Amino acid sequence: MFSYAARRLASAVPTILVVITIAFFMIRLAPGGPFDQERQVPPEVAANLERAYHLDEPLTAQFVRYLGNILTGDFGPSFRYRDFGVSELLADGFPISMQLGASAMVLAVAIGFAAGSLAALRRNTFSDMAVMGAAMTGIAVPNFVVAPIMTLVLGVWFALLPVGGWGGINHAILPVLALALPQIATIARLTRGSMLEVLRADFIRTARAKGLSERATITGHAMRAAALPVLSYLGPATAGIITGSVVIEQIFGIPGIGRYFVQGALNRDYTLVMGVVIFYAVLIILLNLIVDLLYPLFDPRVRHD
Amino acid sequence: MPIAPFRLFLACLVALALGTGAALAGGDLHVGNAAEPESLDIHLSSGVAEANIQRDLFEGLIAEGPDAGLIPGAAESWEISSDGTVYTFHLREDGRWSNGDPVTAHDFVYAFHRGLDPATAGSYAFILYPVKNAEAVVNGEMLALGNLGITALDDSTLEITLNAPTAYFLDMLTHHMAFPLHRASLEEHGSSWTRAGNLVGNGAFTLDEWVPQSHIKLVPNAYFHDAENVALDEVWYYPTEDEGQELQRYRADELDITYDIPADQIEWIVENLNDEYRNYPYLGVYYYGLNTTAVPFADNIPLRQALSLAINREILTQRITRAGEIPAYSFVPPGVAFYQQQSMDFEGWDQSARNDAARALYAEAGYGEDNPLEIEILYNTSDNHKKIAIAIGAMWKQLLGVEVTLRNEEWKVYLASRDEKTYQVVRSGWIGDYNDANTFLDLFVSDAGIMNSTGYSNPAYDALLENAALETDMANRQAMLEEAERIFLSDGPVIPIYFYTTQHMIKPWVQGWVDNIKDVHPSRFLSVAEH
Repeated sequence: MFSYAARRLASAVPTILVVITIAFFMIRLAPGGPFDQERQVPPEVAANLERAYHLDEPLTAQFVRYLGNILTGDFGPSFRYRDFGVSELLADGFPISMQLGASAMVLAVAIGFAAGSLAALRRNTFSDMAVMGAAMTGIAVPNFVVAPIMTLVLGVWFALLPVGGWGGINHAILPVLALALPQIATIARLTRGSMLEVLRADFIRTARAKGLSERATITGHAMRAAALPVLSYLGPATAGIITGSVVIEQIFGIPGIGRYFVQGALNRDYTLVMGVVIFYAVLIILLNLIVDLLYPLFDPRVRHD
Repeated sequence: MPIAPFRLFLACLVALALGTGAALAGGDLHVGNAAEPESLDIHLSSGVAEANIQRDLFEGLIAEGPDAGLIPGAAESWEISSDGTVYTFHLREDGRWSNGDPVTAHDFVYAFHRGLDPATAGSYAFILYPVKNAEAVVNGEMLALGNLGITALDDSTLEITLNAPTAYFLDMLTHHMAFPLHRASLEEHGSSWTRAGNLVGNGAFTLDEWVPQSHIKLVPNAYFHDAENVALDEVWYYPTEDEGQELQRYRADELDITYDIPADQIEWIVENLNDEYRNYPYLGVYYYGLNTTAVPFADNIPLRQALSLAINREILTQRITRAGEIPAYSFVPPGVAFYQQQSMDFEGWDQSARNDAARALYAEAGYGEDNPLEIEILYNTSDNHKKIAIAIGAMWKQLLGVEVTLRNEEWKVYLASRDEKTYQVVRSGWIGDYNDANTFLDLFVSDAGIMNSTGYSNPAYDALLENAALETDMANRQAMLEEAERIFLSDGPVIPIYFYTTQHMIKPWVQGWVDNIKDVHPSRFLSVAEH
């Protein structure tokens, strides 16, 4: 297993290099630059800015400089948040996005898996339709609609929870819920589908024929197998959710890294965009690896020898 | 600032109800402040959100009162030479940095040198160009900073020499580029000098906490010369990019002052929270720039005038923008110091008279039913700009038969198109840098380079602005600037549409707030009553 993991990590290095190269040149291809603003600066001021950030050098020289810097762990200064380095912004924001995303994911898996299983086991009953109806709504109604409604009702009308900011547990409840809702819905639907398939599988019929109780059949055999598609989904979904959600972070005023994805690109904050892209790529690779390593626990046919 | 994409959705969601949140502790002010500051370094920032905080942390030679009027700041008095080019400032004796060190004339010299040094790469360095040799230093022609027109005669006397009498110079000194710096702390901390714990300022407050994307917390500076009159115990600034959410935080009493209000909720606010809604003129103009370097607008003044006449500004402001904006018939906004607002001839006409004139000019310009003008309006992506562009396009189409296409571009792409002049009509806005007509008019002089995005050039206009800059008699200067604007308006390289207004929500317990055209409200004059 360790050699498998090592091989996977080694093969990730060229992937990340390709990602860095593409991202580096793509963001610079976009029209406009980091220091363009409503008030055009005189050419000499623009020249000073470009010199200070090495933007006056040829692109290839900038690229080599950048690669050299990230090898030493230096992601450069942010072009937009000029008092901070990119590494620092990511290091400050990531733990917060991580807490938020991980809580939302745990919640989503617990509720989504249970609800999906329930719907599958009571197929075509009222509970099934209720769960699936709720799930469809959860998928269809976007975050930026749900979150303001929740803050309006719970924060403004009833004043039970803070509307925005980041501090105690109180501040986390609404954003975690808002992040988890669409995930709950997706996971419930995935679980239901795969559970229905598994329940028709030969090994379940065998288990039942051998006289295993229904409960043992479901918990011991069906659930494990039904979890597989959910597990595959969790890798990228977790990466997505713990690198933050720009909508949720902006609405709740949470200092995570989610907004850097969009704001960085809009501001042409080259270094910040690069930092975020690299960070995200590494995270996806790691989480997919973890999922693959977990697979044998759920599916005995899979082995990483 | 890009406008949040989901504002429209929020509009549908907020129902009629009043907040009942827990009251905040007295003496703490919580302020919505638009965006995360790009920097607190006085030489690196360029935005309004940053300036709001810097104004609390630092004090220039001249400061701003509760109404943004000029008051003595770090300087308690000053003399101006008879030719208006040499200013001698006498610093107050009790001026102290937040670590207790005295504020000296050398701190200003150091700060000016740093701000203009090409290595600092300050994006607003040009605001100090009236200072002798400042421009030569920024563009690298003059490497010796000692030649700059700023000298410390002794610890408490500062002499600033200007290129020309600059009527707005004292007002300009309230800009953050003209604040002093504490040299020792910059040298000690390098690029992290603006962090909480490192930053040494001479303003009424000091930086206590800075959590990027979350908040900035200020506490009073015990060494501030007027510390006994500073009422607030804490000032909190929050980035509030989403105006809909900012309003909700305000309604939940998490904010005492909002930076802005969501345009689509103005009616609800007026109906439900009118006592807390502030809306007053701002030093800015929303306009359409015409590319005068290319067809169809090059050398075609009748066409420019026809398009301007055909826009019904009252309908735009009353039906579309709906935030109390003032229809604009001049480029310099009302209320600017030492200036009588100008007006295009047709301001007093009713729209049907304007329409007749527009048709006649349109025909004179060589266009008509058989030969309609085809034109493209460029704007940056935002609901508001889009609505206005659609309305103006419809007015031109309906009245004159102009074939209008709209082109929207993401902010940075739009800026590049505008600066490269690959446009015909471009949505633009301008907020004055200081309270003087010059900040509006000098955008359009022939040698303004990239700043003159319309490519307008008129020697008579250039000469008036140049002479006004040298004029020491304020009345003469004012007359020259006013004449320049009249020429500018009749040449019509821009179509002024409306003057901006400032909009805030302010809790009834916030005291000391005075509406003003600069929208400057130093926290040292504010307080929070028991509530």
